[in-house]
Amino acid sequence: MDHPIASKFDRVCQILEHHQRNPHKLIPILQEIQAEYLYLPEEIMTFVSTALGLSTSAIYGVATFYSHFTLTPKGKNVIKVCDGTACHVKKSEGLIQAIEKELGLNAKKRTTDDLLFTLETVACLGACGLAPAVVLNDQVHGLMTPESTLKLIREIKAKEAEVVCNTAV
Amino acid sequence: MQHSSLEERKQHYHDCMSQYKAKIVICGGTGCIANGAMDIFHRFEAVIAAKGLKATVALQKEQADYILSKSGCQGFCQMGPLVTLYPQGIFYVHVKADDVEEIVEKTLLQGELIPRLLIHDDETGEPLPDTAHIPFYAKQERTTLKLCGMIDAQDIDEYIAHDGYTMARKAVLDMTDQEVCQAITASGLRGRGGGGFPTGRKWDLTRVQVNDTKYVICNGDEGDPGAFMDRCVMEGNPHSVLEGMIIAAKAIGANCGYIYVRAEYPLAVERLKLAVKAAKEAGFLGEQIFGSTMNFDMIIMEGAGAFVCGEETALMASIEGRRGMPMPKPPFPAVKGLFGKPTVINNVETLATVPVAMQMGVENYAAKGTAKSSGTKTFALTGHVAHTGLIEVPFGTTLREIIVDIGGGVINDDGSNCGADFKAVQIGGPSGGCLTQEHLDMPLDYDNLLSVGAMIGSGGLVVMNQQTCLIQIARFFMQFTQNESCGKCVVCREGTRQMLGLLEDITEGRATKESLELLEELAHVVKIGSLCGLGKTAPNPVLSTMKYFRDEYNAHVFDKKCPTNQCQALSCYQVVAELCKSCGLCAKKCPVNAISGAKGVPYVIDQDVCIKCGVCMETCKFHAIVK
Repeated sequence: MDHPIASKFDRVCQILEHHQRNPHKLIPILQEIQAEYLYLPEEIMTFVSTALGLSTSAIYGVATFYSHFTLTPKGKNVIKVCDGTACHVKKSEGLIQAIEKELGLNAKKRTTDDLLFTLETVACLGACGLAPAVVLNDQVHGLMTPESTLKLIREIKAKEAEVVCNTAV
Repeated sequence: MQHSSLEERKQHYHDCMSQYKAKIVICGGTGCIANGAMDIFHRFEAVIAAKGLKATVALQKEQADYILSKSGCQGFCQMGPLVTLYPQGIFYVHVKADDVEEIVEKTLLQGELIPRLLIHDDETGEPLPDTAHIPFYAKQERTTLKLCGMIDAQDIDEYIAHDGYTMARKAVLDMTDQEVCQAITASGLRGRGGGGFPTGRKWDLTRVQVNDTKYVICNGDEGDPGAFMDRCVMEGNPHSVLEGMIIAAKAIGANCGYIYVRAEYPLAVERLKLAVKAAKEAGFLGEQIFGSTMNFDMIIMEGAGAFVCGEETALMASIEGRRGMPMPKPPFPAVKGLFGKPTVINNVETLATVPVAMQMGVENYAAKGTAKSSGTKTFALTGHVAHTGLIEVPFGTTLREIIVDIGGGVINDDGSNCGADFKAVQIGGPSGGCLTQEHLDMPLDYDNLLSVGAMIGSGGLVVMNQQTCLIQIARFFMQFTQNESCGKCVVCREGTRQMLGLLEDITEGRATKESLELLEELAHVVKIGSLCGLGKTAPNPVLSTMKYFRDEYNAHVFDKKCPTNQCQALSCYQVVAELCKSCGLCAKKCPVNAISGAKGVPYVIDQDVCIKCGVCMETCKFHAIVK
């Protein structure tokens, strides 16, 4: 890529064109942008605001209202722990605590410093029959225990370490 | 464009199916896929090929010996992955990829059953060959869900082969808008999303509005934690939702439909998109549908994670690209809805029930269930029961039938089964209330539930055993509604926050008599003063637990004790002297040095210093520390 910044806006333009620059399509537009950049960068939201003729505050309002939008970069691996009723009564809190301890996260800090992991709690994944459920990078794992959850995370850590080693060589 | 008729497609499908020796259906619901259903699917292909036979997949229907198909969620998620072999209907559970070889060898080729993979009768221990004999299914009446778990959601022809789209065609070609509304009113169908408003009447109110543009919206923003029936319907039988929407469109004169799906349901979104594409190609959606003059287009919109968008006015704001905040009603959506146009907005299950009710005859449908709540209702049965999953029963079924006969009894924390001895059942999610032992034999329907302070909601049934602390549950739901409150009206935004704070005071031992009184007063204020359903119903879990479990609240507040020992801050860790081996490990691990002792003497915990973190109990190898 010769001009990374120009091409960055090219993709946004494509997304905007795909939705005919229709301000009513703001949510699908932001969803597609987030799918592309993994978060909503400020300069792109400003760009979208001009393109759609909406105020930046309106865009910011929508981006902060819905929990799926994030204004800060997420980790490479997203761990979603379901804390819906069924998972909650089957002790999903224990899973969250175990993960927080393992990755050094807390209620405020949801992404690890190395940007490898982001921990999210979600209200209900609809996999209540398998409670408690954990979704790791879009794969559902059911009937989890703190031990089996940590095992998953450690497997990823090991894999990531391997990648780092290989690139170093 | 000339399309082949539904009858031709149905005949073609059956001709095609008659060539196969067996049909292998692998449950492709979220639950079974999480447990490796796709591996099993591919293993079947490989094993059958290795035997020199040929298997085809449902969508292609090539000439072959066997046909492999993925169904939607069959509801018995806990027993997954599930494999069903037709024509006999042999039902194998907990299947692993390594079992596939044996299934092909023994069952498919030699016709023998494999007892290890069958469900066994709880009492006699006899293996049960098919779903008709399994209590979990035998006691249900699967009507809306009938085809879910039987057909391949991605294959429109399977839906057509089961008479799919005939009711939409009938409505579009042979009925007037008024006749459709009358038929649905006669079926007694009420909204399955929570409110229970009669569907036919809702449609008729929209029908009489004069406007060139009207909309049908399918509300698939199933946000109640603990409920997943809409997910199963959208994943397992998306065409039934489309057919219901076409019928609704005819009834009100709409030309555009929206399906609003939660973003947490990626599989449902994918299958709905495929279904819309197939229906367009078949001429059921788009311009001049079924060869009539009616145009009806469909747009699928993914939510972005806001529970309040399940409220209809908030959902419409979200489709319009705004923050999903509710608006005061009236005007009702029937008059002024999406983009200011008359709009019908129905829940997924309601829409999927419409073609089913018409198919079986609206009078026959109305005859099911109870007088004022006709038909059947799906419930997501979860929590501490032996068999969790998705069920469907007629209205009027009792909790005892659901929990004991279908759910197989309540499971204690230690794994033992205690039959019907549950502590509470939360129905209707964070908007609903709890039911107790005294409601065990009450017929469940809209009105009975309202009369005891609960509601059917979207149909989550979370069973809780005797070891569950209900204050914690009330706090959990309050935390949820407080998080999800959109912030528009003060009583909901601030009231839920204060209620949560009071509940935390109770679980952490800071509460007084005044806290309880204030909590109750606030609950009533939030209930009366909030704008939308979220706030109006948010206090329900608190009010109903206060009503039925006052003793438990009192124990927390006055005795500073949690009867179930679930509230960490109220627990009191103690060393059982007889079991203590004086190893000193607990004292070493204690972060505040609250444990002291010496070799040969049992250790002691200083309660004034203890911060109740529980590390000592986890550390002790001899289980000598209890709370």
